[in-house]
Amino acid sequence: MLRNSPPGSADIGALERKAELLRRHMLTMARGQGQGYIGQGLGIADVLAALYFHELRYDPDNLDWPDRDRFLLSTGHYSIALWAALAEAGIIPVEELTTYGADNSRLEMSTLDTTPGVEMIGGSLGHGLGQGVGQALGLRVDRSDARVFVELSDGEMQEGSTWEAAMSASHFKLDGLVALIDCNGIQADGPMVLDMDPVAGKWRAFGWQTLEIDGNDMAAVVGALAGARERNGKPKAIVLRTLPGKGVPRIETSEKSHFFRIDVAQWDGIIAEFDKSVGPRQ
Amino acid sequence: MSGAEAERTLAMGQDEAIGGGRQSVEAPFGRALARLGQSRPDIVGLTADLGKYTDILPFRDAFPDRFFNVGMAEQNLVAVAAGLARTGKVPFATTYGVFATRRAYDFIAIALAHSNLDVKIVAGLPGLTTGYGGTHQAIEDLALMRMIPGLTIIDPCDATEIEAATEAIAAHRGPVYMRLLRGSVPVVFEPGYIFEIGKARRLREGSDVGIISTGFMTERALDAADALGKQGISVGVMHVPTIKPFDAGAVAEFAASVGQIVTAENHVVVGGLAGLVVETLFDAGIAKTVTRIGLPDRYIECGAVPTLQAKYGLTTEAVIATIAGLS
Repeated sequence: MLRNSPPGSADIGALERKAELLRRHMLTMARGQGQGYIGQGLGIADVLAALYFHELRYDPDNLDWPDRDRFLLSTGHYSIALWAALAEAGIIPVEELTTYGADNSRLEMSTLDTTPGVEMIGGSLGHGLGQGVGQALGLRVDRSDARVFVELSDGEMQEGSTWEAAMSASHFKLDGLVALIDCNGIQADGPMVLDMDPVAGKWRAFGWQTLEIDGNDMAAVVGALAGARERNGKPKAIVLRTLPGKGVPRIETSEKSHFFRIDVAQWDGIIAEFDKSVGPRQ
Repeated sequence: MSGAEAERTLAMGQDEAIGGGRQSVEAPFGRALARLGQSRPDIVGLTADLGKYTDILPFRDAFPDRFFNVGMAEQNLVAVAAGLARTGKVPFATTYGVFATRRAYDFIAIALAHSNLDVKIVAGLPGLTTGYGGTHQAIEDLALMRMIPGLTIIDPCDATEIEAATEAIAAHRGPVYMRLLRGSVPVVFEPGYIFEIGKARRLREGSDVGIISTGFMTERALDAADALGKQGISVGVMHVPTIKPFDAGAVAEFAASVGQIVTAENHVVVGGLAGLVVETLFDAGIAKTVTRIGLPDRYIECGAVPTLQAKYGLTTEAVIATIAGLS
């Protein structure tokens, strides 16, 4: 059945509850292996909830539908969030989520496109936006009105290929291409090792219609996505200021947020803390 | 003409492959692609500011809405091609071999090959076909590309083979790296020549020495075999236009049928055809002498192409001399 075609009026409260559900799934998944890219996943949960349960046009029973909107997760290591969203979207079984990162699981810690619902192999950073440009060009050749959403990160802007792609998107006037730039302020070596600010100014200078918002504010996310629907000859950039570990204070304040590894007992404590903060499970 | 004038005449700008008095065809790749585009609306063309220099303009002129020039950005060239392939297109992306392999390696490996996407990289200036020095001479591209799982690699010999290979790789499903001979390209093979991906061809029978060659070195090998035959040396020639998947069976059979083996490639003698032949013979338990004709493992200087090809042994005369000197 076709989802979000066209997007209806947004129920912000319901989308916030979806985001909480995605976070709950992620905590369970990370507990399974005792580790994972949980900080990034929790930070991007609101955006994925807004996409899969409001903005993206897709059919979970027909993943190859040519006119589907595409979502490309360029940061493959954010897979924990994608698996949670794909499960809630009915694309992969919810029960499978506990296999995250386990041997022989198709829910890898970094995405492979052999898993249903995955539109590219993420992980080698700087690959996503260019592939999004190519998909948007292909859809234009086919005269499809489908759009392409590419998630990328602040650290990923340090890859030159990101800017090669940014240049070409505005040159080709790909107004159905939306870059979702997750600025959570961390990268592998810790807090941003190379200052990327002003982020929005960079994208504007490259010819993108750009908006900077709090990426953990559901109403702001939904509003920015609605504003990106306009077909005005410009690609759209939404700069998302997100908090890694959002929703789980112990992870929000951790210095180990790029990759999180703690023992099972502590995970149980974290999950209890989360359940307490969001109230009874939905 | 004095010696000094002759040296000035042969300058860096002389890039074209040497025709050896043969007929030639202009832009065989671009013409073949433009022909294919008529019946294949899924074919799209891309380049990174080298359309004019990779013979793809006939396609652009015929199908402007299916042609994208991404500017000098080879990583993006490959990424965009990957995205186009994901929407069901069959992109032919052109640049020089040096840029495709050295600048966009991760994108070819991960964005294309890992997902087995249907993208054809067509790479100009293979080996010593330009005098612009180490920055432009793709002398190690076959070795680099060989390491990518699932990538098909083609090194065509002449205009006939380029046209046939363009059709074959368009029909083939999966990523391809094809070396391009551009501009006025000699015709070596007769019109009936059949190119098949993954097949080596025995072009001359001979018993003393067997030349196993790829790319334009097969032209030199054939001419050398004819000349050496007149000197009483029986030389066979096997042409191996597909570097990967390598036709190990045919190569081993050919090697077993000759006294000793000479490999000839427009590429460094490590990691490319010579390496493949030696690995194949070892695996097949064939212990025979292998002499490698090709480029040394070093950067080549600037100069006129004929000068450089002569200096580094990629001429018919050099092949003849090498084989005549074998004990």
